[in-house]
Amino acid sequence: MGMIIQGATGDWEVVIGMEVHAQVTSKSKLFSGSATEYGAEQNSQVSFVDAAMPGMLPVINEKAVEQAVRTGLGLKAKINKHSVFDRKNYFYADLPQGYQISQFLQPIVGEGVITIDLKDGETREIGITRLHLEQDAGKSIHDQHPSMSLVDLNRSGIALMEIVSDPDLRSPEEAAAYIKKLRSILRYLGTCDGNMEEGSMRADVNVSVRRPGEPFGTRCEMKNINSVRFIQQAIIYEANRQVDILEAGGTVDQETRLYDSVEGETRSMRSKEEAHDYRYFPDPDLLPLEFDDAFIEKIRADLPELPDDKKARFVNDLGITAYDAGVLVAEKEIADFFEAVAKGRDAKLSANWVIGELFGNLNRTGKSLSDSPVSADSLGELIDLIKDGTISNRIAKEVFEEMFETGKAAEAIVEEKGLKQVSDTGAIEAAIDEVIAANQDKVAEYRGGKDKLFGFFVGQVMKATGGKANPGVVNQLLRPKLDG
Amino acid sequence: MSDLTRLTIAEARDGLAAGKFSAVELTAAHITSMDAARGLNAYITETPEKAVEMATASDQRRAQGTVGKMEGIPLAIKDLFCTKDTLTTAASHILDGFKPKYESTVTTNLWNEGAVMLGKVNLDEFAMGSSNETSFYGNVVNPWRRQTDDQPLVPGGSSGGSASAVAAYTAMGATGTDTGGSIRQPAAFTGIVGMKPTYGRCSRWGVVAFASSLDQAGPMTRSVRDAAIMLEAMAGFDPKDSTSVDMDVPNFEAALTGDIKGLKVGIPKEYRLDSVPAEIQSLWDKGIEWLKAAGAEIVEISLPHTKYALPSYYIIAPAEASSNLARYDGVRYGLRVEGKDLADMYSRTRAEGFGSEVQRRLLIGTYALSAGYYDAYYLKAQKVRARIAEDFNTAFKEVDTILTPTAPSAAFAFGEKSGGDPLEMYLNDVFTVPASLAGLPGISLPAGLSGDGLPLGLQLLGRPFDEETVIRTAGVLEEAAEFTAKPSDWWRG
Repeated sequence: MGMIIQGATGDWEVVIGMEVHAQVTSKSKLFSGSATEYGAEQNSQVSFVDAAMPGMLPVINEKAVEQAVRTGLGLKAKINKHSVFDRKNYFYADLPQGYQISQFLQPIVGEGVITIDLKDGETREIGITRLHLEQDAGKSIHDQHPSMSLVDLNRSGIALMEIVSDPDLRSPEEAAAYIKKLRSILRYLGTCDGNMEEGSMRADVNVSVRRPGEPFGTRCEMKNINSVRFIQQAIIYEANRQVDILEAGGTVDQETRLYDSVEGETRSMRSKEEAHDYRYFPDPDLLPLEFDDAFIEKIRADLPELPDDKKARFVNDLGITAYDAGVLVAEKEIADFFEAVAKGRDAKLSANWVIGELFGNLNRTGKSLSDSPVSADSLGELIDLIKDGTISNRIAKEVFEEMFETGKAAEAIVEEKGLKQVSDTGAIEAAIDEVIAANQDKVAEYRGGKDKLFGFFVGQVMKATGGKANPGVVNQLLRPKLDG
Repeated sequence: MSDLTRLTIAEARDGLAAGKFSAVELTAAHITSMDAARGLNAYITETPEKAVEMATASDQRRAQGTVGKMEGIPLAIKDLFCTKDTLTTAASHILDGFKPKYESTVTTNLWNEGAVMLGKVNLDEFAMGSSNETSFYGNVVNPWRRQTDDQPLVPGGSSGGSASAVAAYTAMGATGTDTGGSIRQPAAFTGIVGMKPTYGRCSRWGVVAFASSLDQAGPMTRSVRDAAIMLEAMAGFDPKDSTSVDMDVPNFEAALTGDIKGLKVGIPKEYRLDSVPAEIQSLWDKGIEWLKAAGAEIVEISLPHTKYALPSYYIIAPAEASSNLARYDGVRYGLRVEGKDLADMYSRTRAEGFGSEVQRRLLIGTYALSAGYYDAYYLKAQKVRARIAEDFNTAFKEVDTILTPTAPSAAFAFGEKSGGDPLEMYLNDVFTVPASLAGLPGISLPAGLSGDGLPLGLQLLGRPFDEETVIRTAGVLEEAAEFTAKPSDWWRG
């Protein structure tokens, strides 16, 4: 559902396009052999090339090219066998070359598509305009010295994929769904870790507003937003700001704006007039990037099952609801965990346990799946105990809590606490007799026609057996005794 | 012992092999010569200690039976090549104090073949110039003088220090770089041989960039044979330079067979410019006759886009330079002039650090790449460049090599062309620029003297990666020209 802002003069539709910078998962940088590890000591991962020493030349990292093609295939996009690296020229202290090597007119990947998942299992297709490879800049640090800025070049030259969407998004929720889905696909592909806190994924968000059905309005670009929540907040603020301007009879200026997450507002960085003239031209140090179909097909053959396909399989083959399937495939680790639990077991029961008990407990304790105290194997063992009648569903929940607390195996807990379900008819019969003897008045009422009391007796028997009695056996034995 | 500095590389190689003298002796003779020629201002940095050390090591290697292609040969290195722990300036103030922690591939190749470094030689700032008048380290003087006066003359540029050093016998050879004629034109001005190989033959890694799509290193020597020997040592595929070409390096010296019978030599009619002095035209005609006499077939060819070469070169080279030189910003190395903020620091550093010719070209290049002008200038120039390359392709279907003059004049006096209109200076590259744009191999060799006794050069061009035909033809021409004139050694202190 699109976001409509109801202004004094009528409705306004919000139009959003995104440019996501995703750091390519790769051991070395785009054009040098330096390491790319996050959090290394400042300026410890800088080669002569990254520092733009005189006479240094870039050499393309084949792994980064593979990753870009892999991502392109994951986005069902056109792969360009011929692409060109250009120089984007501008001066800044953390840009050692004085230009960024990027791809301008001829990117490595062309048009593609992402299916985003919305509420109630609804989906929408969002167009991908292009994907290109480029270098990251270094990092300027302004708060460690009273009068100087410091520069850390560890990031300088790291490979980024800039993934540009068509202006197809219509609400903050869709923008959020888009970035989550993109992140999910990149993680499935292993081409970007999607870590927004570490800056592995950053978004430039383009926002404009228009009357429904009319041509696009003037857009503003908000640079470098690094959380899904901030993206949504920025869109809401910016769309409303533009509506206010238009309703007051003004015009929106095309400009680059900064989203201030502390103040919750966007501010002008530079207008179109002040915009950089990047003087793009083909980098004469690099030949055009060329590869053949065999290169693409080799990568294609190695593609993992992606979330959309996985979801379809979960629904069609495993009989899981679309909603549950959507939850399970959103993150590759969750899907992998679920599949490990469900392997050779009841898929629906497995899904319920993963989504219900496991996620419930993880959320409650603020833990992530990777540090879950209950492994996929041990959750599977618990489900096996339910299936073979060793414990009831209710007892299983108790056992699970214990597993989550202590990390112990289900079987050990059942053994230790004597939770094994009682199916021994002698013991159950004895309990039934006790219950009947203690509740003669209720027995009379039941026999007088108050059938509903049957449940009461079951409950009493279960209570008497500490919940361990097999409910099926209880039913079986109780009715003839009550009926007399 | 006769003066060792007068030997060619080939002769020195034989002398060293025969044990007539050692590398240390050969180097010492050149150090003495270098000291005596200081008035030419050819060297920015002299490295005599390093030279002796390298020569000593060379003698030791030879004693152990290891002999490289350039074993024990003392060379001057254009100060555009990065040399580890040795000041590398590009003749610019902006690289003040810059000592690289790495060694260029070309110099590494030379050292691996046993060569000895005498020092780093002067050039036009960032190789931008045709007279060596733009160096922050002062003008280089040509060892040649007119018979008619004592006026100091330019050595040509940008490899003016290399040319002067070799012509004045302070080095047996020197590395040069050629972007639009920077090896060939100074070679012609100083009566030596200069060769620009095919673009991609020598690695650009570790060479301070001027215009990446044009820059190419090459040898400057006193004979064609020496150029062949030295080029072979310099050249080779380098995975660190994406534009270097993965091809085997032939034995260039073996190309000097002296036999050019049946070889087809093209004479481009568009190079017959009215503005070129008659003595240069007639030297060209002499060259034609010499080749004909040696059995070559002379074919008139047409390179119709020649007149667009200079204008497109003076768009493309500055455009690339404007981007290549952006890294000299005062942030990480070289000169920094403090300012009130980052932009101010940039402005002050670059205003003080770059000389006026470099600034002029950076402005031209920035303009040519600017929004709204890119199509009209840069893109158009690239299209012209493709046409020029096509012209040569067509011509080389008919001929094996092309003969032209190297430059439209002999060496001129300081200030003669640098005072007013810069186009006057740019015109000096008219015969050398087209081959640069097409990436072709070219050589200049001394073939005669001007009326007032200055050396004049002829240029041979070849098909891409066919340096061998160029060298072979140059060898024949060299023999026929019998160029034995030498500058008087007025500079010896």
